[in-house]
Amino acid sequence: MRELTYIAAISEAISHEMERDPDVLVLGEDVGGDFGGAFKVTRGLAARFGDRRVLNTPLVEQSFIGMANGMALMGMRPIVEVQFADFISSGFDSIVQSAATIHYRFGGKVPWVIRAPSDGGIRSGPFHSQNPEAWFVHTPGLKVVAPSNPADAKGLLCSAVRDSNPVIYFESKPLYRSLRGPVPDGEHLVPIGKARVVRPGTHLTMVAYGAQVPQALSAAEELATGGIEAEVVDLRSLKPLDFETVAESVTRTSRALVVHSANRLAGVGAEVSARISEECFEWLDAPVTRLGGLDVPVPFSPPLEDAYRPDARKIAAAARRLAAY
Amino acid sequence: MSDPLGSQIREALFAAPARPDEPEPQPESGEAPADLPDDLRIDLYRWMRLTRTLDNTMVDMWKQGRGLGGTFSGRGHEGISVPMAMALGPDDVIAPMHRDVGSYLVRGMTPARVFGNLLGRVTGPSEGRDANLHGMGDLSLGIIGYVSHIPQQIPITLGMAMSFRYRGEPRVALTACGDGGTTTGPYHESLNMAALYSAPMVLVVQNNQYAYSTPLDQQMATFAITERAAAYGLTARTEDGNDVEAMFRSIKAAVDRARSGGGPTVIEARTMRMLGHAIHDGAEYVPRELLERWEARDPVDHQRRRLLSEGVSGEAGLAEIDAWARAEINAAVAEAEAAPFPDPGTVSDRIYA
Repeated sequence: MRELTYIAAISEAISHEMERDPDVLVLGEDVGGDFGGAFKVTRGLAARFGDRRVLNTPLVEQSFIGMANGMALMGMRPIVEVQFADFISSGFDSIVQSAATIHYRFGGKVPWVIRAPSDGGIRSGPFHSQNPEAWFVHTPGLKVVAPSNPADAKGLLCSAVRDSNPVIYFESKPLYRSLRGPVPDGEHLVPIGKARVVRPGTHLTMVAYGAQVPQALSAAEELATGGIEAEVVDLRSLKPLDFETVAESVTRTSRALVVHSANRLAGVGAEVSARISEECFEWLDAPVTRLGGLDVPVPFSPPLEDAYRPDARKIAAAARRLAAY
Repeated sequence: MSDPLGSQIREALFAAPARPDEPEPQPESGEAPADLPDDLRIDLYRWMRLTRTLDNTMVDMWKQGRGLGGTFSGRGHEGISVPMAMALGPDDVIAPMHRDVGSYLVRGMTPARVFGNLLGRVTGPSEGRDANLHGMGDLSLGIIGYVSHIPQQIPITLGMAMSFRYRGEPRVALTACGDGGTTTGPYHESLNMAALYSAPMVLVVQNNQYAYSTPLDQQMATFAITERAAAYGLTARTEDGNDVEAMFRSIKAAVDRARSGGGPTVIEARTMRMLGHAIHDGAEYVPRELLERWEARDPVDHQRRRLLSEGVSGEAGLAEIDAWARAEINAAVAEAEAAPFPDPGTVSDRIYA
């Protein structure tokens, strides 16, 4: 199978969906014209599909997401780019108060996708490195996905566009051009709400998503040289959460390590960890371990940022402690 | 008085603006017929009377303890909410506010469904999921439900208008906000985009002098609501919100203009919130004298007097309408009070489409 970078898989998903359905359009800051967005994800789309379907907006997250709510209510399927996931907070009301509640309150459908370029490790400081997914996982009515590889990047985005609900798609900036992998040509859908075991193992289960999946896989390879076989579960969807796949793995390995780049405190890992403790208690041989960012803004300088976020080395160290418990 | 420096700056920069609590006479736009058909003028009265009767009944019920939670009176706003919906075509959409019961009724939501929502019954459009006059959307009637976070309905309306423009459909989207809504970020963001994209939308600013307890002169240094809208590139007009015929003409002209590709319009309708912000609020902060002046300009009474004095309808005909409204609302209350509450087993239903 041909290989694509993670970012090329995202671009391919967008053009595939725009080709398939005339109600799909792209909007956001700097997405249009020849420029094609801060990360060039939408480059070429305006020339191919016209300016009407690749709409440049002023600097107004609250109102362009609100505008997407209105478009979606009328049956269109906007793919909204917030330039960095950090800026999604500027559109918070339009997402959590409006879009998330509309179907519950009066039955209107809001089938948009917000693409949120997230995560750090690329020396971008407090406002270009955030992982704000927990805010949205905490909000009833939204769906949240976070692909870890090029094939899922395409398949989850195509599924998100076709979903009848508001879906926030956290794409990992550190994987954009550093990760290349096989991506099916043409139609390729990855179901929302399904986790995947990306590496089988017997001694412990690592649960991760987004850019921490490659880190967990790298840690697992290192651990294997010392005789520890870690199973790696890629959540792929954070809401709805496929806890069955997590539980199936943890009840076999009896040890669980939950990892994400976002702040550990009250993060998605806290929910996963709590459910493992509640629902898999009798199978556990050790307390569930969580790794996540520190309770500080994402710092800029390399030694500080490296101290902030998990990586393969920290994952391997935590896994060894867990395996030895 | 709490901001002496700010006051001095304001006095230095602007001629002290008169508080716009009296509508100014406006020139005719010349875009819509000055003479409305008799049956339309009577219909405007009919829907205002039904709206007022619903409002009076609702307020009485809540004072009697027959209500549920809080609610919001739209008394004094009937001359705006009714023509907002009557000026639209059947395929147009509207995102009304919590004081716009008249818009819901004109679009075809029955009074029984309105009371069903007010009383948390399964027969309300939100099926017990949203409170009082919020969330009363019904897409089959072209109505978007209200959300408290003012003015979320403006970017939503912009988006609906943009979908019509994108698809080349001759449809218009209309919404409203209060004077308080005009001070928010999304108001200015959305007006800028509406003009930029020439979106087929109409925004009615219901300037009712107060944002909850805060009067206009504590909200903004200049009352130039229409001037600000015009500065973004929208067509903007100020109207007497208590003159239902003037409001109808102005909104209809704006809707026609939007439909024919003439872009968005802001209409500032000057009116007065005659009761508190919500049912619990006695509005002691509003000068009684101000309310008395506006009571003398009540929009429903005003239209009634005009129909009689101009010979459009006789007393008997209007009395018949008044009796019809009374009977409709009585029947609606009885139906809503007899309706079931939602089944708690359905609490998680409808979270996803």
